[in-house]
This record gives sequence, C-alpha cells and structure tokens, in this order.
Amino acid sequence: MLNMRIIKKLLTGSAIALGLATSALAAGGGVAWDKAPNRISDMGSLQNGAKLFVNYCLNCHSAAFMRYTRLQDIGLTQDQIKNSLLVTDSKIGDTMVASLAPKQATEFFGKNPPDLTVIARSRAGANGTGADYLYTYMRTFYRDDNSPTGWNNLVFPNVGMPHVLWELQGERRAVMDHETHAFKGWEQVTPGSMSAAEYDHAVGDLVNYLQWMAEPAQTTRQIIGAWVLVFLAGLSFLTWRLNKAYWKDIT
Amino acid sequence: MAEFHEISPNASLGEKTLNWVDNRFPLSKLFKEHMSEYYAPKNFNIWYIFGSLSLLVLVIQIVTGIFLVMHYKPDAALAFASVEYIMRDVPWGWLIRYMHSTGASAFFVLVYLHMFRGLMYGSYRKPRELVWLFGCGIFLALMAEAFMGYLLPWGQMSYWGAQVIVNLFSAIPFIGPDLALLIRGDFVVGDATLNRFFSFHVIAVPLVLLGLVVAHIIALHEVGSNNPDGVEIKATKDANGKPLDGIPFHPYYSVHDIFGVSVFLFVFSAIVFFAPEMGGYFLEYNNFIPADPFQTPLHIAPVWYFTPFYTLLRAVTTELMYVLQACVAVGAVLAVVKGKLPMVFKAGIVGAAVVIIAMMHSIDPKFWGVVAMGGGVVILFFLPWLDNSPVKSIRYRPDWHKYLYALFVVNFLVIGYLGTQPVSDIAGRISQAGTLFYFGFFLLMPWWSRLGTFKPVPSRVTFTPH
Repeated sequence: MLNMRIIKKLLTGSAIALGLATSALAAGGGVAWDKAPNRISDMGSLQNGAKLFVNYCLNCHSAAFMRYTRLQDIGLTQDQIKNSLLVTDSKIGDTMVASLAPKQATEFFGKNPPDLTVIARSRAGANGTGADYLYTYMRTFYRDDNSPTGWNNLVFPNVGMPHVLWELQGERRAVMDHETHAFKGWEQVTPGSMSAAEYDHAVGDLVNYLQWMAEPAQTTRQIIGAWVLVFLAGLSFLTWRLNKAYWKDIT
Repeated sequence: MAEFHEISPNASLGEKTLNWVDNRFPLSKLFKEHMSEYYAPKNFNIWYIFGSLSLLVLVIQIVTGIFLVMHYKPDAALAFASVEYIMRDVPWGWLIRYMHSTGASAFFVLVYLHMFRGLMYGSYRKPRELVWLFGCGIFLALMAEAFMGYLLPWGQMSYWGAQVIVNLFSAIPFIGPDLALLIRGDFVVGDATLNRFFSFHVIAVPLVLLGLVVAHIIALHEVGSNNPDGVEIKATKDANGKPLDGIPFHPYYSVHDIFGVSVFLFVFSAIVFFAPEMGGYFLEYNNFIPADPFQTPLHIAPVWYFTPFYTLLRAVTTELMYVLQACVAVGAVLAVVKGKLPMVFKAGIVGAAVVIIAMMHSIDPKFWGVVAMGGGVVILFFLPWLDNSPVKSIRYRPDWHKYLYALFVVNFLVIGYLGTQPVSDIAGRISQAGTLFYFGFFLLMPWWSRLGTFKPVPSRVTFTPH
C-alpha cells in the first residue's frame, strides 16, 4: 500500500512538473496546419491521389523506394498501372523515378527535389501530422513577384518549388497586414479549373496517397494488430488465472 | 565431480535420457540451482517484474536483429534505402523492424524501472554490490548499443546525432581530436563510421552485453534476491536449511513472470501495431529524411532515453562552472573543518581542490559538460558506497527520504524532457538546477542517507497472501 502511495505521489508530481516545463517552453510562431482528411481506406481516393501524384509530382520528384506493382494494394490491376500510370519508360516492377534527371533538376531549382516516398512521415511535427503539413502546404501557394519562380508559400516561405497545381487552383495573392506582416486572407487573381472545394478535395486525395505510400503496410498492420491484442488479452487472462492457482498455497 | 549414476533398466525413456545427460552435463543440477530450488523472497511486488522483462526484450532484440541484418546494407549509399526495402519489400519486414525499434525504447523503459527498484529497496547494498556493478555495466553497454544502432538507418537524426555526440569527444584535452577521429574513422561521420558502428552494434557490444547479463544473474543467484522489505531471507531458515520466507523460483515466480510477460507483450504490441513512431519519440520524424552532411537540421535531439544525460551536458556553461567551482571549494572547506581526518589528508584535500578548481577554470566548459554527461552514468556505479542508510528498503526510512526519492524521479523526468527541447533561457536555468540536484542527490548521499528517524526493520518479510 505504501508503494502505491509513493507511486501516486511520483506520478502526480512529475505530471505537474512536466506540465509546468511544457507551458514554459511552448514555442509559438509558424502557420497553423489544417487537418488533412483521413481517407486511408478509401480506394477511390487513393487511386485518384496516385493519378495526381504520377501526373504532377513524378515529373520532378522521385519515390525511389516505392514500386509501381505495390499500387495493386490500392485496388489497381497490373494492366491499369501499365496503361495509365506508367508514363516514363519504367517497368512495372521498378520503383518510381522522376522523369527529370537529378542533375537537370538541380540546375532548374537550385537543389534536387526531395524524394517523396516517406515525405508524409518526415514532415510531422508539433503542429500536426505530416499529412496535415502537406495538405496545408499544397493549398497555401501564392503569387509573389519577388521570388525567382514567381511563387511563394505560407508554410514553407521562399520555397524553391513553383505551384505545380496552379492550373487547378488558379492564381492567388496572399493579403498581408501592412504593419505586422501577418497573413490576413486570400485574393483570387485568376480562376482555376476547379472550385475551391473541388481543389481541397483533390489535394486531400493526393495527400492521402502520399500518406499511404509512406507506409503501404499501415492498414494491414492495424488489422493484424487488433487480432494480436485480442490474443494477448486472452493469454493475459489465462496466465493471470494460472498464477492465481499456483499462488493459492503460499501463505 | 558427481559420481556416475546408474538408473534402473525399467525407467522410462525420458528418465533414461535425462540420466544419460546428467552424467555428462549438470542439466538437472543447473535447473535446480537456478529455478526449482532457487529460493526467492515471497513478498516480491510489481517492481520485481522488470528484470525478467528486460531479458525478454534482449531476446527480442537479438532475434529481430538477426533478421534485420539479413536485409540491411551497412553502406552510406545504400543504408537508408535498405531500411525502406525492409519496410516495403521484405515479407513481414515492417513487423521485424518495428519490433526492433520499439524494443530499443522498451528496453530503456524497463531498465530504468528496474534500476529505480534497486534504488528504492537498496538492492545494491552488501552483499549485492557486484550484482549492481554488473547491472551498471549492462546499462553502459546498452547505451553504447543503442547509440551505435541509431546511426544505422542513416537518416538525418542518425547522422547529426552521431556527429554531435562524437564531436563531444574532441573536447577532451590532448587526446580528444584523435579520439574522435578514431571513433569516426574519418574527419566527419561517414561510410567508415557507419561500418564500424554496424560492427560494434551487431557483434562487439552484444557479446559484452550477454557476458554481463550472465554475470549479473550468476552474482544474483549466488547472494539471493533482495526484497521490498530489505530483509535477508537467508537469516531465517527451517530445519532443512531452506529460507522460511523463500519460495522456489519455479513454479511460483515462473508463473508470475509468464503473466507479466503476457501483459507486457500486450502493451508492446499495442505500440508496435498502432503507434510505432510513438509520436516521434521512438522513431523521430527527421529520421525519415536520408542523412545529408550538407544540411544541419534546425533542432538536433537525441532519442528520449539519452535526453536526461544530454541535459547534464548542455547545462554546463561558463556560468555553471563558477557554481561548480564554488561547490568544490565549499566541499573542501567542510571536509577540512568538519572532517576528523589526519592533517596529511586535510592538506591533500585542499591541494586536490585547488588543482580541480584550476582545471575547471582553464579547461573549456564543453569538456566539463562531457564529464557531467559521463559522470551522470558513472556515478551510479558508486551507489553501494554512497548510501550510508542503516536500513536497505525505503519502507523503513524516514518519510522525507521518500519525498527526496520522489523529487529525484520528477527531476529525472524533467531533465529528460528538457533534453528533447531546443535551448531557451528558462529551460537552461531549469536544466542547471536539475543538474545540480541530480549530482547533489548522489554526492551528498553519504551525509543525508544517515539522517532522520528510521523505522524498525522486521525480522521476517511482510506478506499478505493473494
């Protein structure tokens, strides 16, 4: 009983101390990230995301650890992959390599665009998941005449990448407060081929695909995990009873 | 040397086989000594599960490690890709990898709890000093194992974490730069570093670790386990020479441990299958970016289990050095004034204090930071000789000792948390206070552990049947 009291004291004490330390250190700044929609088991969304990815991202970025064949996991057949997604001269067993050669990309953008295979896992942080970051990033490009590409971004200021989806979203300007330089809102300059809601939905699909591609086994992992936990809960019950039965004799 | 034992020809095949083996190898003898006739106190509580669980995790790490090495490539150009290959293309590779990465963190959780148990119940006190020393050796080896293993995925955190820690060695006067060069095998962390860390991680350190674990258990079984009351069960024996408060490890504690293992595996699996990144603490987000020697991450933090010691390192600044110098001076004055020592010793203490203060003044605080970080671990080895309390277990110590231990735990968690955060003014001050408390707790223990009103220790363990 004494031990329980000590443990309780330790726990409350440390919780308070950690709470104080956290609030003292809570760092402000940066743009809040929007919550990305979770459609990880929606095959239609993943397939649409894969299409957007191959058409827009794969020109400059690679996903060098991701094999085309793995797209069968999101409900595509080998023929579908070959006919509509294999735009480069890659084979279906190959990994996704950018059309643009790294050397040329470095000349264009100043550095080789990062590999996107696990980008959704690497961009998580205090503001949200990696998917939240990407969802916000792809929706906060704006026209900026001072930048070399003519584009800038709210969550990634002075980004080297131009807005590849600008035809879908249209051109926008960011309205900034004159004194604080804080972001106030958007001003649509030219219309895109999609409405704002359609665009958000499309980016949601793209990010959903990136999230899936970062760990294709994630859905399987959770399904197996549920069964493993059911088994271990049963095992814990049995071993608890076994332990009780043996310890009856100890007085 | 046992005599050759003949068995009746009517015995069963199993008995005959066992007899054949026992005449050539002490199988039954070992089983009796370490399991069925190893008497453990019957009053163990939940704190006594973490030793067996650590052993389980060691086995998990070795087995999953064997399978990972089959697919991993220790090559700076291929390492990151080979880990992703394991995660994607190797059947069940993701499971093996997550078990290994979660196992590393689980190992430290268990070992920290196991060590705190020893601290609470005085399990390092006579005659268990060697059990404790081997244990501290295991902790040190484990830290080396984890540090080198963390470089292998070759992500940004792997790379820059190793770069920062290895650079620390170059702060050591005279030999530092050459030592750092020897560790890296190159002027920066690179392919040579990856190869030697791989070799140490999969061969050298595990061998040391296994040897130490065997020594730890042999020493423990020689002296017998301590218990939450800190009572020596061997002091009260029955007519057959068996401790009255002891029960055979097998089956009583084997069934206990099997239950503990089931519950542990439930928690472990919940993490492996549902939160393998554990919010960026078990697998850091930055480590999903391949190592880039030309791009330093904004914020470099070691994995959570190193962060308390990392805080000790960062807390040592020029300012704190003045405080530490004052501490040494005060300590020396107290020893001279209060201590009942011959003049020669007193002169020696003053001389040593002057030399230490001069060194603290002239050598870069960065070096003393390294000393603090190393010292934070090494000081644990001295615990058996720092604790002067007349009783072993915290149960019979004055109440304020319990609060002090509670404060030690809170402090350890706070400096651990601060080690994960970027430096700031407030955090720096809290870290320095935490560092002084951490060392003060141990260095002043010979004094404070004697103080207060101790409760009478019973002659038999306290046990309520359950």
